[in-house]
Amino acid sequence: MQETIVGVLLVTVALLAVVLQIIGRKPGSGMTKKQKVMLWRILAATVLLLALQMLGREAFDAMGPAGRFVRLALYLVDYAIIGYDILRKAYKGIRNGQVFDENFLMAVATLGALALAVYENGDYLEAIAVMLFYQVGEWFQSYAVGKSRRNISELMDIRPDYANVETDGKLEKVDPDEVEVGTIITVQPGEKVPIDGVVIEGRSTLNTAALTGESLPREVAEGEEIVSGCINMTGLLRIRTTKEFGESTVSKILDLVENASSRKSRSEDFISRFAKIYTPAVCYAALALAIIPPVVLLVMGKGAGWSTWIYRALTFLVASCPCALVISIPLSFFAGIGGASKAGVLVKGSNYLETLSQTKIVVFDKTGTLTQGVFEVTGIHHNELSNEALLEFAALAESASSHPISKSLQKAYGKEIDRSRVSDITEISGNGVTATVDGKKVAAGNDKLMKTLGVNFAPCHSVGTIIHVAIDGKYAGHIVISDVVKPRAKDAIAALKGAGVRRAVMLTGDAKKVADQVAGELGIDEVRAELLPGDKVDQVEKLISSKGEKEKLAFVGDGINDAPVLRRADIGIAMGAMGSDAAIEAADVVLMDDDPMQIAKAIKISRKCLGIVYQNIVVAIGIKLVCLLLVAVGCASMWLAVFADVGVMILAVLNAIRALFVKNL
Amino acid sequence: MKKTYKIEVDCANCANLMEDAARKTAGVASATVNFMTQKMIVEFEEGKTPADVMGDVLKNCKKVEPDCEIFL
Repeated sequence: MQETIVGVLLVTVALLAVVLQIIGRKPGSGMTKKQKVMLWRILAATVLLLALQMLGREAFDAMGPAGRFVRLALYLVDYAIIGYDILRKAYKGIRNGQVFDENFLMAVATLGALALAVYENGDYLEAIAVMLFYQVGEWFQSYAVGKSRRNISELMDIRPDYANVETDGKLEKVDPDEVEVGTIITVQPGEKVPIDGVVIEGRSTLNTAALTGESLPREVAEGEEIVSGCINMTGLLRIRTTKEFGESTVSKILDLVENASSRKSRSEDFISRFAKIYTPAVCYAALALAIIPPVVLLVMGKGAGWSTWIYRALTFLVASCPCALVISIPLSFFAGIGGASKAGVLVKGSNYLETLSQTKIVVFDKTGTLTQGVFEVTGIHHNELSNEALLEFAALAESASSHPISKSLQKAYGKEIDRSRVSDITEISGNGVTATVDGKKVAAGNDKLMKTLGVNFAPCHSVGTIIHVAIDGKYAGHIVISDVVKPRAKDAIAALKGAGVRRAVMLTGDAKKVADQVAGELGIDEVRAELLPGDKVDQVEKLISSKGEKEKLAFVGDGINDAPVLRRADIGIAMGAMGSDAAIEAADVVLMDDDPMQIAKAIKISRKCLGIVYQNIVVAIGIKLVCLLLVAVGCASMWLAVFADVGVMILAVLNAIRALFVKNL
Repeated sequence: MKKTYKIEVDCANCANLMEDAARKTAGVASATVNFMTQKMIVEFEEGKTPADVMGDVLKNCKKVEPDCEIFL
């Protein structure tokens, strides 16, 4: 019965090797030369083993006393074909003081089994078959890992291959690295934009899917900035480059993603530490298994049964191989990071993916994160002057500021700003500005500014940001500016709660009334309003010290004014990073899009990935322990041990690849 | 100074061993091996050039993992 099973198994392996060899001939199969050589070795060893098994012991016994040695020699040749590299590596390992690795385990186990077989003139099949199946397993692992590694890398590869530069009226393809700043490049429909720049001719629709994960088309026209990595869909564009390739968005993102898995997570550290302790530990355990029970039995006056216990110890070594763990954990993280970057979520390292999955508190910056950051003037009240005149004074006073509120005032004013009319601009952070406009002292800002200046102001009942204006120390009225909440912000908060976030906190420099209204509308738990930029770091620190050790705090901002807070939080998430270098630098997780739904998506991706990591750790270690136990009590043969090893490894690798699929999260 | 090298290594555990070996090489301030992207990032100590150090790094890596390759 067992003979038939072994025969069928060997024939299957041989056929598989032939089929794979044929697949390997095709270009693009991704099989390395080493793997092809290994396939030949597997094929040769299997065929020889099959032939020897078919001949059987009787054929050699018929040759007389020399038959035993001829048979041994042939089996040894077969063993050498399939296992010589393992033996060599084990030998080198011992010489270099790296004794306990899986090569050593396999070498000792199979050589030991061979020695037992020689001693008994018995079955050499087992030792060779174990080596053979171990090699088959290793081959599949290296092929599967290599293939998924390449697939994921391709997925993340948004590197443009060339840039079209016009020389003497002809388009020439050049390496993007060689294009200097200020060169005019042409991007044809269907091509990737290779370098950041400004459109000087043409208009077109861009596909930003490679950057944001969402194929929302984006229009560009003359004079507008264009980000590298987008695909030009419709029209011919001529672009003047504003950056070198190395400084362009696409390079930055590639750099970030490629280096992401270099920052190792705690789980990965745990596994490499575990492997370092584990291998020597099982070697000593095996040694103990070989020596202690027979000695104890001898002392008790029973037969020692040395060969039984040595066999069990060797099987123990085969079963203990830690490959499944060591390979599947980094692969899971790599797949998770790859899948996330496909969805427009760039995670800068496995450690951040791990932290992200433990996020329980999310702190938002209001402006630009939950709201669009596009302010509009919605009312002008209590003014003595005409609406236009008041707006003009306010816009001029704020003309030097780049704050979104100043921008909206300037936009509402609508005319060119004549800076020569303004002097003595003082910006009081978190309060407003004072300036001299047309010889008049103008102050524009919030309640605090009016109080410090001692101006009697009229409080406003509308919700929004109130800009009071005082001229020459006299109150002149106020302007109401409101921000617009992002359409999906409410759903995003709900989705976060669904993903296990316990508290959503909003920080803002805005007035309490505005903040409360936005928070109520969106379902935010806590609000800290009227903060100066520096206060946000303090608030985040307070929140961090108030939470539990295992809970992590994420801060979400637009990366423009909040770099210190992004750094201080356990994990900093920057939104809408397309084209914003500051955000990419400062944050740990970068959302290419400015849709708040992406935050929940990022957390869900990290949860899925970490879930897979834990599954692999638990299943791999669990099955290993059960196998080791079965072997120690003598319930499992070396066959079962090697199948358990290879099987767990393949399962773990397949499970790891699941982390790549994040579309429906 | 920091430099990135392309490497070829078959198994994740061997990549860890290479990382250890590279870190212990004289002249290397820090080293990270990224198995997934098959890259090794080496930071050199002050005053050491990659040409001086990388030969030793390769030698030490070959010791722990004979099958590995670093493309210098």
